[in-house]
Amino acid sequence: MALEIIEKKLADLPVVPNMVDYERVRADFKWETAGRELEGLPGGRGLNIAHEAVDRHSRGPRHDHLALRWLGKQGEVSDFSYGDLLELSSRFANVLKGLGVEKGDRIFALCSRVPELYIAALGTLKNIGVFCPLFSAFGPEPIQERLSIGEGRVLVTTEALYKRRKIEELRKSLPRLEHVLLIGNKGPSLPGTLSYHALMAEASAHFEIPPTDPEDMALLHFTSGTTGRPKGAIHVHQAVIAHYVTGKYVLDYHPEDIFWCTSDPGWVTGTSYGIIAPLAHGITSIVDEGEFDAERWYRILQNEKVTVWYTAPTAVRMMMKVGKETARKFDYRNLRFIASVGEPLNPEAVFWGLEAFGLPIHDNWWQTETGGIMIANYPAMNIKPGSMGKPLPGIEAAIVHRHKDGTVQVVEEPNIQGDLALRPGWPSIFRGYLRDEKRYRDCFAGGWYITGDLARRDPEGYFWFIGRADDVIKSAGHLIGPFEVESALMEHPAVAEAGVIGKPDPVIGEMVKAFVSLKSGYGPSESLQMEILGFARTRLGPAVAPREIEFRDSVPKTRSGKIMRRLLKARELGLPEGDISTLESEE
Amino acid sequence: MKSEQMREAVMKVLGRIAPEADLASIDPAGSLRDQLDIDSVDFLNFMIGLHSELGVQIPEADVAKLSSLDGCIAYLLSKSAAS
Repeated sequence: MALEIIEKKLADLPVVPNMVDYERVRADFKWETAGRELEGLPGGRGLNIAHEAVDRHSRGPRHDHLALRWLGKQGEVSDFSYGDLLELSSRFANVLKGLGVEKGDRIFALCSRVPELYIAALGTLKNIGVFCPLFSAFGPEPIQERLSIGEGRVLVTTEALYKRRKIEELRKSLPRLEHVLLIGNKGPSLPGTLSYHALMAEASAHFEIPPTDPEDMALLHFTSGTTGRPKGAIHVHQAVIAHYVTGKYVLDYHPEDIFWCTSDPGWVTGTSYGIIAPLAHGITSIVDEGEFDAERWYRILQNEKVTVWYTAPTAVRMMMKVGKETARKFDYRNLRFIASVGEPLNPEAVFWGLEAFGLPIHDNWWQTETGGIMIANYPAMNIKPGSMGKPLPGIEAAIVHRHKDGTVQVVEEPNIQGDLALRPGWPSIFRGYLRDEKRYRDCFAGGWYITGDLARRDPEGYFWFIGRADDVIKSAGHLIGPFEVESALMEHPAVAEAGVIGKPDPVIGEMVKAFVSLKSGYGPSESLQMEILGFARTRLGPAVAPREIEFRDSVPKTRSGKIMRRLLKARELGLPEGDISTLESEE
Repeated sequence: MKSEQMREAVMKVLGRIAPEADLASIDPAGSLRDQLDIDSVDFLNFMIGLHSELGVQIPEADVAKLSSLDGCIAYLLSKSAAS
């Protein structure tokens, strides 16, 4: 297949990118030198994300510069300068201190994209707490699991979510959860909760960040594996160096940029790039509380004069469904760079960007464990549509074959499929899965971090995503662990066994589909199907629950009782019998 | 089709997407997404469901008009009157 390359000419770019010559920057790059572009805590007291993101700007000429513009669902607008963020994050840090919250304690947030979420994140980092944002569409079970594994001491949420997600009930099984702070409650406090606003009003607006070791834990992001419980990936304060560097070279931040990351902080992108990276550069960041709506998004790009936009393939494909005519009704004269992450961006989508916005969409690749963008298409580098691009300066990426004895062989030859691996050592690599040393160790072999994604590298050094090496489902750019879904389904009294797969979907990549066998005494019916679907949604929330349930007489398993999801998937996709039998004997 | 029948059809489609929801207690003027805990993907499926149930083509640009139950019924009635 002839591959159309999108060529970049420096003369065509409206602003000279921070990285004009990829090879040269890559050859000269050192993390130690890059880290010096940050300030560090005054008096050599260490490195703290919140200082780099807020305090250093607010104490300089950027004090009045717009840091966050929040757009509410109903059209409200709230502006926060760096000076405002300094005051509010200091107040929140003092709130935590007043509650006796100490260094390393985990502060969870469960809410939509409201300003308080951003303030809580920054205030937590100031107090050297560990911030753990949860996606607000999680149901009670994913919330309980994550709070329990993360040993959350404080939860910041809203009254509506506190009730809807049955948090009061969950608290009985969460002895370590001492404080629940409710945002936006107008009436009398619910028993056992505190008012975020009342505490903020009482707290002092002055806070000095204590000495912070660059290796102090800062963020906890949960991700899913094929088996077992969710994994809490630990990130430390010096991850901000990687956020800063990727903001500079990949998203190409310039001082007057207006940046919009559409991701929710409940996912790593929404924290690394929806909170930290733009603030670390002292630029303006847009936060939209609303859910996806093509016209609303186009209007935001136009009215807010967005210059750099970071979005996701699912959103791009939804926009493609609406059609480029709608997109073309708006004015994108300020928009300079579009990037996308979450799953591979199909070439059609890259070209669609050209037709709709006059700009190609730049795919990049990273994951919760890497903390920041690792492989990317850069403003001044030619795009091979469908490719994730080339490794960030400072990042060594390879295709490897992992042998059974634990050794690893690097595949030098181009275009061979293998495990995508990265050489550890960059500042934002995860430092562990909380309380799960074994699964952390299993990610490394022969001096490489094995990402779990399969890829190939072409002769020019561009990487191409092929698929996951495991059964983890990638839906709308988010990883969903089949085991978590199966476990919830099994709790329904009629369900004997459940096998959950990602069914390919043209818009969201993969859709969660469950195959269920019933206990004797129960017969398949539409009403039972709906009952089980509703049951799963109540427990898991809409983001994790299956969207389709199919009854089977039995769910295929190996002799040792492991559910053969690959076989279920092969059958779903109508793969030939030969393939299936091979899969079966391999299992 | 009358408003009541339209309401029933909308409820039927919603019931298949969020079977756990208490549809009887919906505030007809409020956001369906917020009240029923349905996300963007569910909402897309809701549009597809309305199309297969009622045969009404909903251009994606009109989706915002269907954010509440009242909005859905008014929109669908206007579409069926026009056809």
